[in-house]
Amino acid sequence: MAMVAGIGWFLVANTLTNLNARHIATGFGFLDREAGFGISEHLVPYLPSDSYFRAFEVGLLNTLEVAVIGIVLTTLLGLVMGIARLSHNWLVARLASAYVEAMRNVPVLLLLLFCYSLITVSLPLSRNAFNLFDCIFLSNRGLRVPAMIWDDSAVMVVSTLALAVAASFLVGVWARRRQEKTGRYFPVLWSSLGLIAGLPLIAFLATGAHLSFDVPHMAGFNFAGGSTVSPEFAALLLGLVVYTGAFIAEIVRSGILAVSYGQTEAALALGLSRMQVLRLVVLPQSLRVIIPPLTSQYLNLVKNSPLAVAIGFPDLVSVANTAINQTGQAVEGVSIIMGVYLAISLILSFLMNWYNKRVALRGGR
Amino acid sequence: MAESSLLENPSANGWLRGPVDWARKNLFSSPANSLLTIVALWGLWLAVPPAIQWGLIKATWIGDPAACRAAGGACWGLVTEKYRLILFGIYPYDEQWRPFLAVVLFIVMLATAANPRFWRPWLGWVLVAGLVVVSVLMWGGILGLPLVTNDRWGGLPLTLILSIFGIVLSFPLAVVLALGRRSQLPAVRAWCVVYIELWRGVPLISVLFMASIMFPLFMPEGVTIDKLLRAQLGIILFTAAYLAEIVRGGLQAIPRGQYEAADSIGLTYWQKMRLVILPQALRLVIPPLVGQFITTFKDTSLVIIIGLYDLLSSTKVALSDPQWRAFYVEGYVVAALIYFVFSYVMSQYSQYLERRLSAGARRR
Amino acid sequence: MPTDEIVISLKDVNKWYGTFHALRDINLDVRRGERVVVAGPSGSGKSTMIRCVNRLEEHQSGIILVNGTEVSNDVKAVEKVRRDVGMVFQQFNLFPHLTVLENLTLAPIWVKHMPKAEAADIAMKYLERVKIHEQAKKYPGQLSGGQQQRVAIARSLCMRPSIMLFDEPTSALDPEMIKEVLDVMVELAEEGMTMVCVTHEMGFARTVADKVVFMADGQVVEMNTPSELFGNPKEERTRQFLSQIIRH
Repeated sequence: MAMVAGIGWFLVANTLTNLNARHIATGFGFLDREAGFGISEHLVPYLPSDSYFRAFEVGLLNTLEVAVIGIVLTTLLGLVMGIARLSHNWLVARLASAYVEAMRNVPVLLLLLFCYSLITVSLPLSRNAFNLFDCIFLSNRGLRVPAMIWDDSAVMVVSTLALAVAASFLVGVWARRRQEKTGRYFPVLWSSLGLIAGLPLIAFLATGAHLSFDVPHMAGFNFAGGSTVSPEFAALLLGLVVYTGAFIAEIVRSGILAVSYGQTEAALALGLSRMQVLRLVVLPQSLRVIIPPLTSQYLNLVKNSPLAVAIGFPDLVSVANTAINQTGQAVEGVSIIMGVYLAISLILSFLMNWYNKRVALRGGR
Repeated sequence: MAESSLLENPSANGWLRGPVDWARKNLFSSPANSLLTIVALWGLWLAVPPAIQWGLIKATWIGDPAACRAAGGACWGLVTEKYRLILFGIYPYDEQWRPFLAVVLFIVMLATAANPRFWRPWLGWVLVAGLVVVSVLMWGGILGLPLVTNDRWGGLPLTLILSIFGIVLSFPLAVVLALGRRSQLPAVRAWCVVYIELWRGVPLISVLFMASIMFPLFMPEGVTIDKLLRAQLGIILFTAAYLAEIVRGGLQAIPRGQYEAADSIGLTYWQKMRLVILPQALRLVIPPLVGQFITTFKDTSLVIIIGLYDLLSSTKVALSDPQWRAFYVEGYVVAALIYFVFSYVMSQYSQYLERRLSAGARRR
Repeated sequence: MPTDEIVISLKDVNKWYGTFHALRDINLDVRRGERVVVAGPSGSGKSTMIRCVNRLEEHQSGIILVNGTEVSNDVKAVEKVRRDVGMVFQQFNLFPHLTVLENLTLAPIWVKHMPKAEAADIAMKYLERVKIHEQAKKYPGQLSGGQQQRVAIARSLCMRPSIMLFDEPTSALDPEMIKEVLDVMVELAEEGMTMVCVTHEMGFARTVADKVVFMADGQVVEMNTPSELFGNPKEERTRQFLSQIIRH
C-alpha cells in the first residue's frame, strides 16, 4: 500500500515540476480557447475559429459515427460469414473460412493502410472517375453521390417512409396478437416490405412524381455538389468492418454449434420447418452464447477506430493529438481520450449486459 | 464387410463414387445451393485468374519500376530491391546479420517454448538468457560489436522484440494482478480491478500516446527514457491487464477441492499458490495465452503512430519512395504474409494444445 | 387391440454411413394400435431405424410408408409425417429457453396454427396426464430427469400424433426415475396408442408389447410376441443377447 502511494506521489510530483518548468498550465481551461485548426469532416458546423471544446465534440461525433455504422455493418458481415462457414455447400464454407483465417492473422492497421492505398492510389483521378448513371462518381477523392434537396415533395416522401416503418411495426404487434387469439398466421415480413416500399411510392406519385437532387458534377479538378464519402472514412470503415467481421463470424459459428443438434432434431420431429427451427429454437439459444463475446468484439471495433490517425480521419484521438501538439496539454488530452473511451466501453457493456439478461436462460443448469 | 456393402449399393456413398457424385452432394444438393455455388464460382472466376495473371504470369521479379510498368503485372522487384529495408528497417546495412541472427534466435526460442516436453522450470531461465543474447546482439557495444542505438532498430526484429518482451515481462505482473483480483483483502482487490478494467477499457493507441507524451512528464528532471523503451513499457502495462484476466480464468477453473486440500495440509498462502494452484492454472491458460500473444504480435504494428519502425512501418517507409508508391499492393502483401505466417502457425499451435489439454482432461 | 391397418411399413430399407452398412434390408410392418418394442445390442441400428421413420436420418434404398405417405426428399411429405408421428428422445431435448408450458405449445401454435389459449388448454390437459401440471411455469433446467422426460412425452402428445416413437426414453435416467416414465408409457399403451419403442426395459416389453423386434448388426434377426421371443428364441444371436441381459 505504502509503496503504491509512494510511487503515486513520486509521479505526481515529477509531473508538476516538469509542467512548471515548461510553463504549461494544468487544467481544462484550454478547452475554451480558439482551436485554430481545420477539421476536414464534421457532422456539426465547425470552423477553425471555434473552441477546442467544439473540436473535441466534432472528433467525438466522428468516432461515434464510425462506431455505429461499423458495428451495424460488421454484425451483418459476421452473421453471413459465420453461417456460411457452417454451410453444407463445400465451396461456400471454404471461401468463408479462407476469409476468416486471412483476416484474423493480419494486423488491422495493415488492413487499414491497404484499404486507404487502394482508394487513394488505385482508384482513378476525379476526371476519370467511375461513373454510374452520371450521378454517382467513384474516384480517389472518395465516393460522390447525389444529395436530396429538401423541398416539400422530399419531405412528403421521407415522412411517409417513416410512417410506413411505424405502420409495419404496428402490423407486427397486431399480427402477433391475432395469432395468439386465433392461431392464424399473417405474413408480416411481406406486408411490411409492401408498406415500406409502397407508401413512399404513392406519396412520390401524388406529389407530382418529382424529387430534386443536387447532382455532383465536375468543376475544375474536382466535383461540386452532392455529398461525399471521403477516402479516409471509407478506408477506416471498410478496414474495421472486414477485420472485425472475421472475429464475429467465428463467434456466430461457435454460438450456433453450441446448441446441441438434439434441439434441432426435437423441433423437426414436432413438425417445425427448417426456418422455424432456426428462428424459434436455435437462434434464441445461441444468442446467449454469442452476446458476451460479441460485446467485446464491438468494444474492439470501437477501440480500433482511433487507428484513424494513421490515415488521417479526424476522429477523437486525432483531434486530441493535434490539440496536444498545439497546446502541450498532454495530461488533459490523454485523460479526455481515456475518459471518453472508458465511458463508451461502460455504456456499451451496460447495454449489451442488459440485452443479455433479457435473452439469458432462466433457471438453466 | 465394408466392400461388399458398397457392391450391394454403389450409390450409397457418393464420396467414393467419384467427383460427380461428390459435387452433387456438396455443391448442388438443392436449387438454392446450386445458385450459391454458381455465384461463388463466378466470383472466383472474376478474382483468381486475373490475380494469377498479375501475381505470377505478368509479374516482374527483378527490376525497376519502369520495367514493372512495361510488363503490367506485379512488381516483385520492389521486394528484391527493398527487402532489407522492410525486414530490418534502417539498421546499419553492414551489421544487418545481427538482427537477422536475433530473428533466428527468437524463432528458436519460440519453437523451444512451444514444445510441452521442455515445460520445466529451467525453460524460464533459458528464455531470459535468450532475451539477453538478443539484446547484446541488437545493442552491441561489447564483444567487438559496434554500438547500434535503438533509434535505428526496425523491421521484423523490432516487431518481435516488442511483442515477445511485452508478453514475457507482462506475465509476472499479470499473475500478481490476477491473484490480487481474487484476494480476500478488499483494498488489494479494488486496486487490481481498477487497474485491469482501466487498461482494458481504453485503446492501445491511447496508451502508446500516453507512453510517448506523458511518461517524460512523470520522470524527475534530467532523466529521460527513450522512445522504444516507453512504447515497450506501455505495451507491457497494457498487455498485463488482458493477461491478468486470462490467468484469472485459469485460477477459477481449478476446483475448490485443490484449494481446500492445500489449506488442509497447512501450506501458507504463497506456498499454496506457488506449489499447488499456479502450476495447474498456468498449464490451463497456455492456449488463450498464445492467443493473446498473437494479438500483441499484431498490435505492435500500432507503434507506427508514435514513430517507431516496426515491420509495418518499415514497409510503409519502403513504399513512401515515390517511384515505388504505385506498387503498394506488393509491399503490403509481403508484410501481411510475414504477419500471417507467424500468427497462423501460432494459432494452429494453440488449437493443437487445446485439443491435447482436453484429451488429457478426458483421460483422467 | 391392433387392427389390420398398417400405419408404418418399411420395405427393404438400407442405410450406409460412409462405408458402414447401418441398416440391411429392413422389413417391418406396424399396425394401428400395435405396440412394438425394438431390442438389441448397442450399435445394432435400432435407433437409426426409428429415426428413419420420421426422416431424422435418410435411408438410401427401400421404401418407408407412414400412414400411406412415402418418406422421401419431399419436404412437404416429411412435414406431414412428422406432424403425425411424435418422438421422445433419450436426452429429452426439451427447449431450455422456454418454460414447460411454452415447450408444449410451441408446435401447436406454429405448426397447427392454433390460438395460444387453446394450445395452452390442451397442454395443461396433457401435463395433468403426466402428473406434472404444477411445474408448467418452470424451465426445463429446474426439473429432474424423470420430470423432463414426462414433459417431453406430453410435448409430443400435444400434436395429437397417431404414432409415437420412443428412442431409449429411460436410458439417460437415474434408476429411481425410470418407473415414473414407464408408468406414463404403459398408460399410453393401454389407451391404444400405436407405439414403436427402442428400449432395454425387458419388463416393459413383456407386459406391454404386442411384438418384439430383435436387431443385430443392422439386421432384423428375429421378430415375435414377447412370450415367444423371450421364452423360446429361435436364433442363436437372440439367445446370446438375452442371456447377457438377464445376467445383469
